[in-house]
Formats: sequence, C-alpha cells, structure tokens
Amino acid sequence: MADLTTEFLGITSPNPFWLASAPPTDKEYNVRRAFEAGWGGVVWKTLGAEGPPVVNVNGPRYGAVWGADRRLLGLNNIELITDRPLEVNLEEITRVKKDYPDRAIIVSLMVPCEEQAWKDILPRVEATGADGIELNFGCPHGMAERGMGSAVGQVPDYIQMVTEWCKKYYSKPVIVKLTPNITDIRFPARAAKAGGADAVSLINTINSITSVNLDSMAPEPTIGGKGTHGGYCGPAVKPIAMNMVAEIARCPQTHGMPISAIGGVTTWRDAAEFIALGAGNVQVCTAAMTYGFKVVEEMISGLSAWMDEKGHASIQDFMGSAVPNVTDWQYLDLNYVTKARISEADCIQCGRCYAACEDTSHQAIAMSADRVFTVKDEDCVACNLCVNVCPVEGCITMEEIPAGETDLRTGEVVSDTHGDWTTHPNNPSVQAAE
Amino acid sequence: MAHSHQASGVQSARLSASEIAENFTDLHPAYKTHEAVVAADRCYFCHDAPCMTACPTSIDIPQFIREIQGGHPESAARTILEQNILGGMCARVCPTETLCEEVCVREVAEGKPVEIGRLQRYATDALMARGVHPFERAASTGKRIAVVGAGPAGLSAAHRLAMLGHDIVLYERRAKSGGLNEFGIAAYKSTQDFAAQEVQWLLEIGGITVEYGQSLGDQLSLDALNATFDAVFLSIGLGGVNALNTSGEDLDGVRDAVEFIAELRQASDLTALPVGRDVVVIGGGMTAIDAAIQSKLLGAENVTIAYRRGRDAMGASRFEQDLAASKGVKLMFNVMPMSITGTGAVQQIELEYTQIDEGRVTGTGETVQVNADQVFKAIGQTLTGQPQALALERRKIKVDDNGKTSVMGVWAGGDCASGGDDLTVTAVAEGRDAAMDIHTSLMG
Repeated sequence: MADLTTEFLGITSPNPFWLASAPPTDKEYNVRRAFEAGWGGVVWKTLGAEGPPVVNVNGPRYGAVWGADRRLLGLNNIELITDRPLEVNLEEITRVKKDYPDRAIIVSLMVPCEEQAWKDILPRVEATGADGIELNFGCPHGMAERGMGSAVGQVPDYIQMVTEWCKKYYSKPVIVKLTPNITDIRFPARAAKAGGADAVSLINTINSITSVNLDSMAPEPTIGGKGTHGGYCGPAVKPIAMNMVAEIARCPQTHGMPISAIGGVTTWRDAAEFIALGAGNVQVCTAAMTYGFKVVEEMISGLSAWMDEKGHASIQDFMGSAVPNVTDWQYLDLNYVTKARISEADCIQCGRCYAACEDTSHQAIAMSADRVFTVKDEDCVACNLCVNVCPVEGCITMEEIPAGETDLRTGEVVSDTHGDWTTHPNNPSVQAAE
Repeated sequence: MAHSHQASGVQSARLSASEIAENFTDLHPAYKTHEAVVAADRCYFCHDAPCMTACPTSIDIPQFIREIQGGHPESAARTILEQNILGGMCARVCPTETLCEEVCVREVAEGKPVEIGRLQRYATDALMARGVHPFERAASTGKRIAVVGAGPAGLSAAHRLAMLGHDIVLYERRAKSGGLNEFGIAAYKSTQDFAAQEVQWLLEIGGITVEYGQSLGDQLSLDALNATFDAVFLSIGLGGVNALNTSGEDLDGVRDAVEFIAELRQASDLTALPVGRDVVVIGGGMTAIDAAIQSKLLGAENVTIAYRRGRDAMGASRFEQDLAASKGVKLMFNVMPMSITGTGAVQQIELEYTQIDEGRVTGTGETVQVNADQVFKAIGQTLTGQPQALALERRKIKVDDNGKTSVMGVWAGGDCASGGDDLTVTAVAEGRDAAMDIHTSLMG
C-alpha cells in the first residue's frame, strides 16, 4: 500500500489533503472534527489584526451553480476573514496543535500592509506552535476594498515586501497564497519567491457573480436587494487552477518552488492531477463544504489505490511528472496528424457529432439515411469536438495517422520528424530570420 | 358486507374502497418539477431525432424537453400541442414503448429511454393547470364544417379547423365527448376525469358547437350533411364488436370487453361494479389487456388472457403484457375458444391449443378447460353504420393520405378510416392532417 505521508516545507502530514483556509477551519470544533475524519492538515481560517473583529453580512453569503440533479458545480462566497477575536483563535490553535502533533496546522493571516502590523501578530502566531503561516493575498471581496487580500496580491511589489517582513519576524515556513484575479500568475509567484517565500498556494477564489435573480434584478446572493462579486470556487474552477499551477511549475524562475494546489479538488483524481503538475500537496474546501469531512476517505483510498496500480511508493514518485509535457503552443508538433474514428459498434446514433461538426466545425462527418456516422478524412481537422460532445465515452477516438501515409485533407505525406510553428514557413519571424 | 376474491359468480365489492382507490391510481404518476428536470437532462438532443420520427404526430420532442430543462414547461406544452392538441392524453395512453421511447437512443444503448411520455405529461399538465387555452382562432372564414364523432380524431380535426377560423358542428352519438379517451382506455391511465377535462379545455378555442345524441344513419345522413356544410369529417370509430362464433356465447357472464371498460370508466363507484371470480379474456390487443388488468384490480381472483397466437404476435406491447403479469394476470398463448359452457351463466370455457401453419391458426386437437364465471370478448372491433356511398378498404372507410374519402367534400380519420394504427395518437394526427387538407380545399 502506497505511503501517502507528505513532507511539505519540512512539515509532515499523514496525507496530502489539507483543508484550505475557509469556513471549515474557522474554529477548534471544526478542526478537531476534520482531524478525526482523517484530514492531513488544515490552514486555519484567516486571522486579522488585534482589535474589533470584522463583521460579516447577516444575509446569505454563498451563491452556487448547479448541474441538472443539483450537483454543486461552483460555489461563491462573500464571507470575510474570521469574525472571532484574535486571542480566541490563537488559544484554540495552540490547544489543537498540542493534541494533534502529527497533523499540519498552518495559520492564514491578513493584516494591513504595514510592517508594524505584521511585526505585532507574527510572534503571537509563532507562540501557538503552528507549523507555518499562509499569507492571504487572495480574497477578492470585502477585505480587498480595505487594501488587503487580493489588493495586495495584485501588486507584485507588495507581495515581495510583505513576504520579506514575514520572513524577518517569523521563523517557520511562509506560504504565499495567490489570487487568480490577475493577468499572468507568474508575476506574483516570482514576487513571492523574491520576497523569500517558502511556497506559494493557489488559487484563491475568482471574482464572480453566480446568477442574477430576474425578478428582483439583483445578483445572487442578494442582501437587501443588492449583491456584490464573490469568490468562486469548486469543481468549475479546477481547469483554471491547474493552468496556473502548471505555469508556475514550468516557469524557469519559479520552477521547483513548492506549491500547495487549491481549486476544485473533489476526488483523489483531482489531487493526483495537481500533484502531477508540480503541487506538493492540495488544499480542499468546497468538496468538504458540500459533502462534509468524510469525503477525505475516498480521496485517501482512491489516491492510494491508484498509486499502487501505478507502482508509486510515495507522492514524490509522480510529483511534477506532467510538468515537462506542458509547453507553449508554438512547440506543438504540427506533423502529428490524427483523424476522428467513430466506432459503429459503440455508436448509439444520437447524431450529436454530426450536428456539432456540420453546424460548428468542418463538415467532416457524413450521416447515412440509417444513421451511420462516418468521418470524412479529407475534411477532418482532428479538432476533437465530436469526441467531446459524444455521450458515449470511447465511442469516438482520435487515431494517429502514421508517418508515411497521406493526410487526405492536406494531400501531404505525414512526416516522421517534429515540425512546429517555430520552423514553419508560414511563420513571419522564420522568414524574417532568413 | 364486502365480498372477497373467492366469492363465486359476478360480484361487486370484492375489495374495499381504499383497496380499489389504491389499485386505480395513476400508472405513471406525474413528475415533480425536480424529477422532470433530472429526467429531461437525460435527453441527448439528438440530431434529426429518432423519437420525433417515431411519433405519429411528429412532436418536436428534443425541443420540448429542452424547454422543460430551461424551466418553461408551458412553452414545452405549446411545442407539443401545436402538433398534437390531445398531447395531454397521449402522454398518458400512448404506447411510448413502441413509439418514441422504443427508438430513443438511450433505450437502444442502455435499455432506459428518456421518459418522453411522462415529460410530455409534465409539460401539458403545467399548461392546463394555468387554466388558459394556448391558441387563438384566426379571423372567421364563414365556412361551416361538420365533424361526426367526438373521439380523438374528431376533436383534433374540430380544434384545428376552429383555430383556422371555420365554424364547426361536432356531432356525437353519446351524451359525452371523448370517444375512447372517455369510454375506452384503462382507468389508471386517465385518472381524475382527465379525458373530460381535456375536452373542456380543448373546446375553449371557441367556434365548436357540440351536439349530442346524433348518430350517423339515425339523426344524421351523409347526404344532408354534405348538402348543408362546406365539408364533412367522419370520425365515427368502430361501433361493432367481433363475435367469437362459439357455442355458449349467449350465456350470462359473456360480454364484450369494450362494454365492460366503458362501464368501468363511467362508474362513479368502482366497488359497485361487479366482476367475476374467474375471468377469462379472449384476445391479444390493448382492449384485452385493459379488461384483464382492471378485472384483477377490481378483485377477481383468477384472470386469464387467452390469445390464439404466440406472444410476439400479440397486439399489446411487451410492456403491457408485463404489466398484466405483474398484476397477477395469467397470459395463455396459442389457445382459442372451443365452447363456453354453463347452466344459465358461464361456468367454464374450453380452449383448444393452436399451431400456426403458414400464418394460419389451426387447432391441435388438445384442449383445456378453464373455470370462468365471466368471459370478455376482445377480438377486435368493426366498422358499422357507415354510409353506403363511401368506398371501403380492408373493411374501413377508404381514405387517401390527406384523409379524403371517395365522396367529394367528405374526409375521414381515426379508427374508422383505412390509414394507420388504431391508436389515439394516430387518430389525432389523422384528424389534424385532414383538417389542414379541408382548409386548403376550402380556402384554395
């Protein structure tokens, strides 16, 4: 049986599944339940500076997007950082860490962008015995309006500056949590590294409006007839998160920097994918908020079973394995030619491939009177849309045309050598170089 | 005091009122909104959808299901009703397992079709619950059209013609409209007086005057109608019932299944409706199934369907056969009645085993006696009382693809006419299409 023990920044946890800084980790009661359920670690919900705690709205703070059977696909929230007194949180963290020394406890922090504020809080956090801190530079709602959260995360200089303060006044690992509400995730990641961060965690939530109530003409969740943008998370954001993780993992300047991946992790597979893209562990929130803490059991058993199947003894064995295969478009092999193949035996004759191709793609599927669907190789550009819209998994596949055979669409013989845009004759820069 | 299963003879009150009520609840209960949305999500929105092709009224099924997904069942209902004004009843009684749902790609792939019938019911119920008729009449054309027979074909034709601006007189020989929707069809498929409600709702289009107690050949003559009206549509159904031509057919307790079903449909108290202890139904179509199942539901102890050919030749679908079996009806195949015996009332029926020789049924000589205190005949219905002037084809009124008969100015549709299967949905399609042809003929 595979060993899921994870060492991240020198912090050991029995598995790579941590609960992200969010409502599930707001207080001792929840965190104890999480640890009893088997979670490997928690990032304690964000603490603010000493003083009167923040207040939350008293109307709804979550909005959602559902599939047909009310499967929750995306969740957004307008909840702020902890609204409990700092001292209470610090006492609880101390107690829980003492009782669960084998689990990771990271403390999420968000205080004003002033050195003194960080200098004040960091020693008190250090005194709890927690394993590290995570700087909340991500929250896109509420706190950003006060110059914190994503307002900091969107300015690389601030990220570097605050990270430097933290490294100065705190001895344990510092994780910088990044906001996705930027254009290029590599800039804040580089700033975190420059500031001395031990790791980055991403993504925080995405600015969003989940729906508009067409009776009240207000965005959901609606509070007294008004709404505001909330932070989007859950399964829907996973593709966005994976790209951002991969961008940091493959960027030469940040490559090798530890990453704690966040964004829609719902099953073991999601975690495995993030780890393959370079993450050292994953953080989970929406899945727990949807199904309760028990979901971690499937994550653990599923990941373990898959690792056994693949012969991976530890997380390290496959961590980052997919990173070398993430590249720029310009390096993709233009001599790799495929054609769609429709298995008549598996086809249920719904005709979706035909409608999709005929109406929106390349008119490369023929439909007979008795509903047999056939790919026209002379028109098929291998776009994959038919594969994606087909309701039967595996019915339509992409078949590689071997080198030496002719691509009926282009009339050209498929080459056995790599040829990409960088050397393509249609590339103006290639010609300019000649 | 209630009788029981075991009480011999034809008896009422074999079951308590609550047992009867439970037995005759909806066969396919209405969806709740969430169920409907989940069921609708299973639709793949097929290109050139097979379900739509299989529907005799060509309802745009993917479109109406998508409208349910979009949260607009009333729009979905409009999509249905534009093609089939009796879409509410068809949702309940169509043998979907041999029509739209049989060819649903998910039936073919998984054996679990999208439940098109129930989705159609969800949509049409939603619209009818709003209490508004969704269509408006065109400006009056001044044309008057007689429709004879207020069954599915007649109602469909009348509605379409009224919508197009014509004035309709709808003649019905009984005291109530609906035809087989009202007098045929198992009660558990049309609960809560749905057939009558649907007719009421359909007539809200306006321009249709219904005259009851008007029968062709008695109060009405085709010549007079043809002379008085701009066009005539005949939808008189099949008034006759085939006889067994077996000895003992005249004994008490031997009767036509259609008559039993009609009586059951009109009964205000089913506990008062008598049924035998040992019931034998002769036939293999939907009438036989409906009579058999309902006998069982009324409390008959033993109900047997005796059909002279094999299972595959049975007119009733496999779904209906299984439904009957699940209610405890015994299905006997390859048996035909030889004689019915009893003193005054039927006591036994002798069945002879059959074999099929080059398509023809012949007896094998082997017989079996079955106890029976009630025998229902369900071996088919025949056209009766049709005007002499009309040419026939296979013992029905001969019509062309548009429902035109051999007599100028006269169209026909539904079970009395030569085209299509004897299904409600086919009758609706024929009524609608004849109406369109009448309209074209009259308006040039």
